[in-house]
Amino acid sequence: MIRPHRTHTLWFAYILHRLSGLSLALFLPAHFYIMSLALTQPERLDGFLKWTDLMIVKVAEYGLVFLLAVHIFGGLRLMALEWLPWSNGQKTLAAAAVGGAFLISTMFFMRAI
Amino acid sequence: MKATPDTLTVSVWRGAESGGSFESFEVPNFESQTILDIVAWIQQNSDPTLTYRYACRVGMCGSCAMMVNGVPRWTCRTHVQKVVQDNRVEIAPLRNLPVIKDLATDMDPFFDKWIAAEGLHHPTKSRHDPIEQINPESAARVEAASGIECINCSVCYAACDTVANNPDYLGPAALQRAWTVYNDSKDAGRQQVLDAVSGVGGCHNCHSQGSCAVHCPNDLNPMKAIAGLKRATATSFFRKGSRT
Ligand code: SF4
Ligand code: SF4
Ligand code: FES
Repeated sequence: MIRPHRTHTLWFAYILHRLSGLSLALFLPAHFYIMSLALTQPERLDGFLKWTDLMIVKVAEYGLVFLLAVHIFGGLRLMALEWLPWSNGQKTLAAAAVGGAFLISTMFFMRAI
Repeated sequence: MKATPDTLTVSVWRGAESGGSFESFEVPNFESQTILDIVAWIQQNSDPTLTYRYACRVGMCGSCAMMVNGVPRWTCRTHVQKVVQDNRVEIAPLRNLPVIKDLATDMDPFFDKWIAAEGLHHPTKSRHDPIEQINPESAARVEAASGIECINCSVCYAACDTVANNPDYLGPAALQRAWTVYNDSKDAGRQQVLDAVSGVGGCHNCHSQGSCAVHCPNDLNPMKAIAGLKRATATSFFRKGSRT
């Protein structure tokens, strides 16, 4: 599958973006369905929410947030790559700045909760 | 330190478009030789019927590209020492092109797409007009110059998964040339180029995987040129839209 001509950063970025997008597409219908229970069958929603105390579900939630983050940044990266007539050096700097800002803000966020 | 073995085991693809298989050859392991050297050695010493293509041997003509251990490369400038794995090398015809025989591919589709992308000169002047001065520092000229060193080797075309999945896709080299022509102030075909590259097999098929830029032996960046075409075609589309 990962043939020799594909072993480079841009290809890995591409496949990560594809797979995270597909996984989100699979997850979102289930997500909306369960949210809709709040309106239609609040008792069943409570049942579902109890699950979120389970460790495995916590890990799965972390996975989802990861997918979302990866997909958002992958999308921003693609848009910058294709739509901004910047030089490669400028793009690397911009990506580093966004990445750094994201790390710092997440750290503050984690401390807050 | 391990002594260098006297011979290399080289797997060479033999056959035609209808089918074929790898054949193994033992080749002297000289200290300094290129992939093209060992292909030539096999043809001269082991099997004179081996078919392959080359011309300049110095990385200028673009005729010698092959798949080396699964990666497209210009064989005349690829040192065996750089790519050898466990004393073995696998050599196959370029990917994404029909095989004529053994290591020689039919490059017609590659060049036909070059024309289909309007990667040709559309003159603005005749021979009787004075020569136009071009400022080498102008933004458009810098863009045009960035893709000018393409040697038509088709390495990027072989590396591109979009070409593999969509036979109509014009491919990185043809689109890069279209971008060069588009930015050339001596060219009268800007709209022709935009029309040619915005169709079914055009620039918007590119997924920006960048295999073209990673493998181009001349360090060119067709992906960047294609992004330029994406912007230019989109801008022209919205302009047209606002006029009607
Ligand atoms: S960046 Fe575009 S043209 Fe280059 S290899 Fe990827 S899909 Fe092909
Ligand atoms: S862009 Fe590079 S890899 Fe592609 S044909 Fe030109 S020189 Fe070869
Ligand atoms: S033989 Fe001309 S580029 Fe290799």
